[in-house]
Amino acid sequence: MYDFTHHRPASVDDAVKALAGASDGKFMAGGMTLIPTLKQRLASPSDLVDLGGIRDLKGIREDGGKLVIGAMTTHATVARDATVRAKIPALAHLADGIGDPQVRNRGTIGGSIANNDPAADYPAGLVGLGATVHTSKRELSADDFFTGMFETALAEDEIVTAVAFPQPDKAAYVKFANPASRYAIVGVMVAKGPAGVRVAVTGAGPSVFRLADAESALGGNFSADAVGNVKVSADGLNSDLHASAEYRAHLVSVMLKRAVAAAAG
Amino acid sequence: MPDSGPDTGIGASVKRKEDFRFLTGQGRFTDDIDRPGQVHAYFVRSPHAHARIKGIDKAAAEQAPGVIAVFTGADMAADNVGSLPCGWVVTDRHGQPHKAPPHFPLARDKVLYVGDHVAVAIAETYAQAKEAGEQVAVDYEELPAIANPAKAAAEGAPQVHDEAPGNLCYDWVMGDEAQVDAAFAKAHHVTRLDLINNRLIPNAMEPRAAIGEYDGGTDNYTLYSTSQNPHLLKLILCAFVFGLNENKLRVIAPDVGGGFGSKIFCYAEETVCTWAAKKVRRPVKWTAERSESFSSDAHGRDHVTHAELAMDENGKFLGLKVETTANMGAYLSSFATAVPTYLYATLLAGQYTTPVIFANVKAVFTNTAPVDAYRGAGRPEATYVLERIVEVAAREMKIDPVELRRRNFIQPDQFPYQTPVALQYDIGDYDQSMDKALEMIDYKGFAERRKASEAKGKLRGIGISAYIEACGIAPSAVVGSLGAGVGLWESAQVRFNPTGSVTIFTGSHSHGQGHETTFSQLVADTLGVPIENVEIVHGDTGSVPMGMGTYGSRSLAVGGSAIAKACDKIIEKSRKIAAHLMEASVEDVEFDKGKFRVAGTDKEKSIAEIAFTAYVPHNYPADVEPGLDETAFYDPLNFTYPAGVHICEVEIDPATGITEVVDWVAVDDFGKVINPMVVEGQVHGGIAQGVGQAMLENCVYDMESGQLLTGSYMDYCMPRAGDLPSFRIGLTETPCTHNPLGVKGCGEAGAIAAPPAVINAITDALGILSMDMPATPEKVWRLANQHAQAAE
Repeated sequence: MYDFTHHRPASVDDAVKALAGASDGKFMAGGMTLIPTLKQRLASPSDLVDLGGIRDLKGIREDGGKLVIGAMTTHATVARDATVRAKIPALAHLADGIGDPQVRNRGTIGGSIANNDPAADYPAGLVGLGATVHTSKRELSADDFFTGMFETALAEDEIVTAVAFPQPDKAAYVKFANPASRYAIVGVMVAKGPAGVRVAVTGAGPSVFRLADAESALGGNFSADAVGNVKVSADGLNSDLHASAEYRAHLVSVMLKRAVAAAAG
Repeated sequence: MPDSGPDTGIGASVKRKEDFRFLTGQGRFTDDIDRPGQVHAYFVRSPHAHARIKGIDKAAAEQAPGVIAVFTGADMAADNVGSLPCGWVVTDRHGQPHKAPPHFPLARDKVLYVGDHVAVAIAETYAQAKEAGEQVAVDYEELPAIANPAKAAAEGAPQVHDEAPGNLCYDWVMGDEAQVDAAFAKAHHVTRLDLINNRLIPNAMEPRAAIGEYDGGTDNYTLYSTSQNPHLLKLILCAFVFGLNENKLRVIAPDVGGGFGSKIFCYAEETVCTWAAKKVRRPVKWTAERSESFSSDAHGRDHVTHAELAMDENGKFLGLKVETTANMGAYLSSFATAVPTYLYATLLAGQYTTPVIFANVKAVFTNTAPVDAYRGAGRPEATYVLERIVEVAAREMKIDPVELRRRNFIQPDQFPYQTPVALQYDIGDYDQSMDKALEMIDYKGFAERRKASEAKGKLRGIGISAYIEACGIAPSAVVGSLGAGVGLWESAQVRFNPTGSVTIFTGSHSHGQGHETTFSQLVADTLGVPIENVEIVHGDTGSVPMGMGTYGSRSLAVGGSAIAKACDKIIEKSRKIAAHLMEASVEDVEFDKGKFRVAGTDKEKSIAEIAFTAYVPHNYPADVEPGLDETAFYDPLNFTYPAGVHICEVEIDPATGITEVVDWVAVDDFGKVINPMVVEGQVHGGIAQGVGQAMLENCVYDMESGQLLTGSYMDYCMPRAGDLPSFRIGLTETPCTHNPLGVKGCGEAGAIAAPPAVINAITDALGILSMDMPATPEKVWRLANQHAQAAE
């Protein structure tokens, strides 16, 4: 990797200041995408502002019926947290299936969503569960947060601080993992709760998307039968060495049914 | 019963001696070694699959911080550094040697694959070397590339080497085509099959590494390298590349973390580090980054094959015809030419009595990384052809695949059995392995298990693979007549130390096989000394007698036999000393469990006492030399022929195409077994690699640009524990008839047996005849759907 200046601020304010003082700075959460990118010399930031020293960004708490997960909370922590497992087991299951143990012990929810990899699991989790993203500047819905492939609504100097999840009545996340990388080729989060029925798909398209047909079908009858005929067009879906767009479209239907069955069960 | 007690002798599952240091992080690998004053090398590699080098401007790189030197192919040419040779000459069907275009360690005029070596930057730190390397400005004129072996020989294809028109390295045949045609003319049925043996990237856990060092005072070089055969590397570098006397280079291969064949070969990087050490008068170190391992380790397999099997009305095999195109990559790696010829076509008889076989192999150059031996090397490719076509034949003939195999098995009373493809099998009992495997898997109960799977919405299939391999390639005179540039014997030196411990120097090289344990057991058992008093030394040409290294499952059969021979010499010399000490005649002295006894008396001397006497010869026979240190060289009379039957069962989710291997039975005949646990570990690893090839691993180049598309673990899928079932291992035993230990070799069996077993099982589950590896979920899903639609 190229040389850079490393900062490890103790507060969000100091992090924002450190970035402002850099010519071409970057925030770093768990670094699970950024570090390999640096090692391959595909990025050369002047400064890295490491968010790992900010205590306020870590931890899980309940707040007004919502589960609030600090941005720097690792996937492993979410996966084994007793509150998450009791209130939203689908979310714990999602976190438990990300990458491998090393990634789960370093990678964070904030880092994952700020990167918005089209094959990441958390975007489906947030959109499917109707979560709210808290940042250093504002609060916004998950629907508004993810804007495109590797793109979010975050400004350059804006830091994700936490994600607040409403507790669903029923929810499940089912994923078809890339056998090599364990990223989602297709991942579907289905939830029924205060935000209504929501279905979010990751891995299949350029960015997480909702399945309106499935949501309306499930609104009347929350069962796998109700989505038996939901089909997705392959147009615009991702296609790579591991899965064609046509196969992904098919897998969305299969994962959808399985997610609904798991949630309803 | 083992001679030196049940815990450490032959047949005991002694825990691996080497594991303590490996598991506690105290192994000493090449990258762990730092030499005083050492500097670091970074290789500038081609980003193009095929391009002319119009110019290289290294001025900026030479001025970069910490840089000591930047070298290109022109610098090596000025020093007359030669081409990296291919050590096996294959004679083509017209009597001509294979085309052998030059392979310079640093490219001179053209680059021929993505990752090809263009320049080396040497600096105080690796980061500085890399920084400088990025500033080497190479002016490329891009040329059209050919990556697809099936199209390499086509008219108008881009030409990789001027020396090889039509990209043809050789067009080689084995067997009598006219006889085979006559057999086909009489056939009741001919089964035809097209298949691809997918290209693999070896992925040893330890990346390749090298440290070249030069001593100006003595004019001697030392190379630390991740080599499976340090003596061979020394020989190639001195005699063929540098033109250096062999006494001037010492090669040390310390702990090596896996090779699977990929560390047999002489590579550009270690050549450059050795040469550059003298240029810069500092030790030069290089360790591959993982992405360099992907792009520049020699790859494996990559065959395109059409096969035809002729049968009579009872399914008796009448003849086999095989046409294969084998991809050599851009340059010939050290033994590339031998793999798809003498290690492939010679195995096409398998376990069967097929009377006539004809094979035609065309080896082609492409703009891809060199391809050479990879776990099994030719034998997995042959087994895949044979066990797939036999399976398809059984389905077409509507004969149970077990029954069809049995009708064609070579019978125990036919050994030694001369195949029509050069090999003579010494011994085997193929029905016995089949019986045991069928019983272990409960073959009769399969229909019930299939029903149970169907009830869960899953498709279940069973697949059989009856494989044979030829290990311990030999004897030297025969391989020499077939074109090998080296002998394929092995050496061993058994040295008693004065106080009774034993140091063994072996020309074999362990890079994960557990030699320190198995060889120690062999020596402890043979000499009757405690196993903890035995030390195995390997991997240093400065201390070990010339040896040939480890590959082709040869170490125990050849290297172990050399140790046994050296132990025999030790015992015979000791017997004379013991006779003198006990005042008996040599003929009356018996040796058993480490003790020399005079027959019919209670006089005895331990071998440790004899060793002490040999080094402190105060009371000593006049006609015996002092010391107890014997060397033996063993050149086998024949290959060994491990064989066996693997059966696996798969369950397929037709909605997703996800295939799960749910059961695996492996029944192998490795002859005598020294350490069953080590053998079982080798079988497990081999099966994992075979399942990896069949279901997960695939090296993909973009067919237009020649870019490597599977250049990291994000896209190249290695098997993980969760992809595999618990293997159930059984052994049968017909001891090898021609080596002193009765052993055959076990290192490659799993990788040879597994791929056809998996594909036979998946095609059985899907009710189809054929599909290509790897059986990825999408491929399986499409085939399951097509089949379901066709059935509707």
